[in-house]
Amino acid sequence: MATAEEVAKAAERRDVRDRWLLSAPALLVILFAATGPLLIVLVYSFLTPGAYGDVKWQFSSDAWTSVFLERDIFDDTLSLAAAHVTIFWRSIKLAVVTTLATLALGFPTAYFMATRSEKTRDLWLFLITIPFWTNLLIRTFAVLQIIRNEGIVNTILLKLGIVSAPVQILYTDTAILIGMAYVYLPLMVLPIYASMEKLDFRLVEAGYDLYATRFKVLRKIIFPLVKPGVIAGSILVFIPALGAYVTPSVLGGGKNMMLSNLIELQFGQGRNWPLGSALSITVMIIVMVALLAYVRNAGKSGVRHG
Amino acid sequence: MNWKTTASAMGLALLASTGLARADGVLNIYNWGNYTSPDVIKKFEAKYNIKVTITDYDSNDTALAKVRQGGTGFDIAVPSQTYVPIWIKEGLVQETDPGKMENAKNIAPEWANPDFDPGRKYTVPWAWGTIGVVVNTDAYKGPANTWGIIFNTPDELKGKVNVVPEMGDVMFAAIKYVGGQQCTDDKVVLKKVRDLLVAAKPNWIAMEYNTIEKMGAGDFKATSDWNGSALRQRLANPAIHFNYPKEGYGLWSDNVVVLKEAKNVENAKLFQNFIMDPENAAGLSAFHRYANAIAGSDKYMPADMKDAPEVVIPADAKPLGELQQMCAPETQELYTKIWTELQK
Repeated sequence: MATAEEVAKAAERRDVRDRWLLSAPALLVILFAATGPLLIVLVYSFLTPGAYGDVKWQFSSDAWTSVFLERDIFDDTLSLAAAHVTIFWRSIKLAVVTTLATLALGFPTAYFMATRSEKTRDLWLFLITIPFWTNLLIRTFAVLQIIRNEGIVNTILLKLGIVSAPVQILYTDTAILIGMAYVYLPLMVLPIYASMEKLDFRLVEAGYDLYATRFKVLRKIIFPLVKPGVIAGSILVFIPALGAYVTPSVLGGGKNMMLSNLIELQFGQGRNWPLGSALSITVMIIVMVALLAYVRNAGKSGVRHG
Repeated sequence: MNWKTTASAMGLALLASTGLARADGVLNIYNWGNYTSPDVIKKFEAKYNIKVTITDYDSNDTALAKVRQGGTGFDIAVPSQTYVPIWIKEGLVQETDPGKMENAKNIAPEWANPDFDPGRKYTVPWAWGTIGVVVNTDAYKGPANTWGIIFNTPDELKGKVNVVPEMGDVMFAAIKYVGGQQCTDDKVVLKKVRDLLVAAKPNWIAMEYNTIEKMGAGDFKATSDWNGSALRQRLANPAIHFNYPKEGYGLWSDNVVVLKEAKNVENAKLFQNFIMDPENAAGLSAFHRYANAIAGSDKYMPADMKDAPEVVIPADAKPLGELQQMCAPETQELYTKIWTELQK
């Protein structure tokens, strides 16, 4: 005969099992939805391109070779795929600069918001989220209207007589950076604000009482405490910025490819789906490595300050 | 109205609409965006009591990839001449034999038996056009009937030229400019092409599709472009002119095919025949602004298109046009590499 303890244990076991069974469908869906498409991309990257798009079910590692190496079509020598490296580097550089720019703009903004009275804070928060109500493409076209040769900025500069001919901002790297910083700024502000809001400002006062300079207070007190927000914000900006497609094409004029354009070319006019897949996975690997390095580094220095 | 009555009313409405649809017949068209005249569609719907739905695509590759996957529910698509042979070869389209339809007699002789569909066994002409050079004559007054505007840009236009980023069209133009044949895989020619493109790029301001708006606003002073787009630009600003490059220019034609997976084949055939009627063909042209390959449609054409230099090719430029072909996959691979090199 089972003791009361055994009965209780069996009930508990049943309970655990039921929970797993009940959540299994959801877990399976998530597992499948998260890994399924990625597995297809991975498989495609090892196939042969079809003559007019699509793939032939024939193993080939050519796609992976041509991510990094290229055979010169004129002298047939094998060398580093300089074009791909240039494009990768351009995208990485843009993502890093965008992250730094949004941080430079977002940190003071979040500080400003967090130091308002509780009532007005909600209003500021609300204002920050307003751009999200509109589609990314529309926001990008709005920036275009502002900076184009017949746009608002140039019209004002011309009318005031500051310049005699319109300043060419559109279709330059500056235009891309302005657009990217604008589009991704809320993604930086919100997490920093979330950390900053929890910051105990009495610590700041204490710092001043101990004769710390304003810069020292910022560096030794505020920054270490809101660091989780800065890290989260940087990650949220860096990843989508690396794959940005709309903003660089609309504001940069499409003369120089970004990673996303290079991948799109393979699935469109280039008709090389395996290479497109291999490039996509390469981007994922870059993001993963960058994140690991960043988080690890940030964590280490956090310990030192803390 | 409480929830129950609302629900049953909605149910009734749904029943009624599906009932109507079944009685009247439907036709699902898959076409390029902003390309299908709503007036002509209304006329077709009224004449045959058929409900038409239109879905947009933005490139031949997108359309091909989607239809290849199957299950799209579309009856009709409108691929370009370069892609038609692929659609036929891959068995994506039905042999509806439009060349024998009642209105087929209206097809202009030069389009009645095209290489991409000999005998018009699958396709009906929708629109055709040319790819040339558009210049704002306020910015540049010199001779513009040359690809040199793009590839050897005159000083007045440096930093103001746009190139529409269609790889096939740009390669065609560059090959013609250095004196080669379209779809060439001659390395000597291609090397010249590569060097030409790379040297020309610093003079370009952008590689964009959005030419109508940007030429109008003055962001661009010259661009490579399709003739119908150029027509719209000239109507907005008379200083903007379309030019037929003397080195040779590309011709294209989009064609209506009935998909193999079509559920409304008879309606699709009716549509194929319907748009070969001169008046309807002119109606399509009035909207998309391209020529239509239907003889006799001239008299129904809108006044501003009847003798527009963009639509009616001048006699001296006529022999320079060449229907663009689909290049072999190996050649395409070379072109993609040059293209990547250009845009890196």
